[in-house]
Amino acid sequence: MPRPGVAAAPAAGDAGPDAGPDAGPDAEPDAEPVPERQMADGDEIDLDRARSELGIERALEQLDRELVGLVPVKARLRDVASLLLVDRLRSELGLRTTRPNLHMSFTGPPGTGKTTVATKMAEILHALGYLPTAHLVTVSREDMVGQYVGHTAPRTKDVLKRAMGGVLFIDEAYALHRPENERDYGQEAIEILMQVMEEQRDRLVVILAGYGDRMERFFATNPGLRSRIAHHIDFPPFTVDELVEIGHRALAEQGYELAPEAEEVFRRYVELRSAKPHFANARSIRNALERARLRQATRLVDAGGRVGRAELRRIEPPDLLASRVFLEDEDGPSR
Amino acid sequence: MKITQGTFAYLPDLTDTEIEAQLRFVISSGCAVSIEMTDDPHPRNTFWEMWGLPMFDLADPAGVMSELQACRAAFPHHYVRINAFDASAGRETIVLSFLVQQPATEPGFRLERQHAPGRTIRYSATAYALDRPSGERYA
Repeated sequence: MPRPGVAAAPAAGDAGPDAGPDAGPDAEPDAEPVPERQMADGDEIDLDRARSELGIERALEQLDRELVGLVPVKARLRDVASLLLVDRLRSELGLRTTRPNLHMSFTGPPGTGKTTVATKMAEILHALGYLPTAHLVTVSREDMVGQYVGHTAPRTKDVLKRAMGGVLFIDEAYALHRPENERDYGQEAIEILMQVMEEQRDRLVVILAGYGDRMERFFATNPGLRSRIAHHIDFPPFTVDELVEIGHRALAEQGYELAPEAEEVFRRYVELRSAKPHFANARSIRNALERARLRQATRLVDAGGRVGRAELRRIEPPDLLASRVFLEDEDGPSR
Repeated sequence: MKITQGTFAYLPDLTDTEIEAQLRFVISSGCAVSIEMTDDPHPRNTFWEMWGLPMFDLADPAGVMSELQACRAAFPHHYVRINAFDASAGRETIVLSFLVQQPATEPGFRLERQHAPGRTIRYSATAYALDRPSGERYA
């Protein structure tokens, strides 16, 4: 057995490869991808090839195909994708790049595709190599804010750790801040969130989502949070044409179709419904079609006899016309 | 005397990059990760103190790494290890455990002989570090 280390001799051997915090400089060269060669000014990189190799084109096309409307959102996504691509190429050519700040806020009325776009965002950022994984963690106030003193920090940190490497999507983010209760623990969660957004910028993209006006008030009371978010994307409500298109796609996904006579009825339904209060855009349309399926099923069962493929697939006008939206004397929100 | 323990006891100390790579592997195989520390280096001391709660459902090692940095900052002279717990049926045990920090100087162990009846000698090993109270042992 060696004697207790009185002199510094054994310490020198021990402390060298120490995995302690001061081993940082040692670890550094492995962590950073070193550009293989320095390129001269004349060198060129094929942008189109780089785009297709990274699957950006595919991801963006898929976005275009799957999501109806949302033109400003798609334009912003394209900008972000292009920036990341250019950054990548710059680093390949040995130019200096700074990691862009990609925290975002999605504002817009309910049912305009905020969650769907966030999922796509995670996929695109992963394809571009900005995030290590393509996973999306969706949380709301209850997941982050605790019930009593000392409960909030571990909860928030746990959520952040789970989201690490992907996208953290905070739905109805304004609920984090409750101005009417000054002893609310929401502020604590916001502070931890802001700290992690700053420190772990390369590992985590935070997306705050919510309805426009309430998010506006939320950011007004938390200027620090606003300044840490570079991209404020506003989701416009859908037009009637877009909603009709969404309805068609939702039906096609489930293997249904509108009977030709039902087309006009459906369009009228969309017009009436979108004028009603509590209209949740695509979500309302999907729910309406869900109810139409129920009515179709009842109609078929009640009629009895034999049915073919075509009848099973088709939504007829009566399935839609039974909706309360068509009852003129109904004032309340339709079910 | 340098104390080694756990899965990579035979290797030189892992760098942070290597620790992260190991973590990436255990996380991708579905393990929960925990961080523990102690300043009692006796080999039979298996129950170390937990640094926070075990971390479940992770997708990326960054969360563990930030906890590890926090633990090292709070206990710069402790032994710190990382455990990976596999909860799958039939396994349900720690599957990987390795040291990620040791004190800068480790004085080693004293051999104690105790006379027992019938000229028997009993041996025990005590860390010199234990002569000082917990928290000041490696300061």
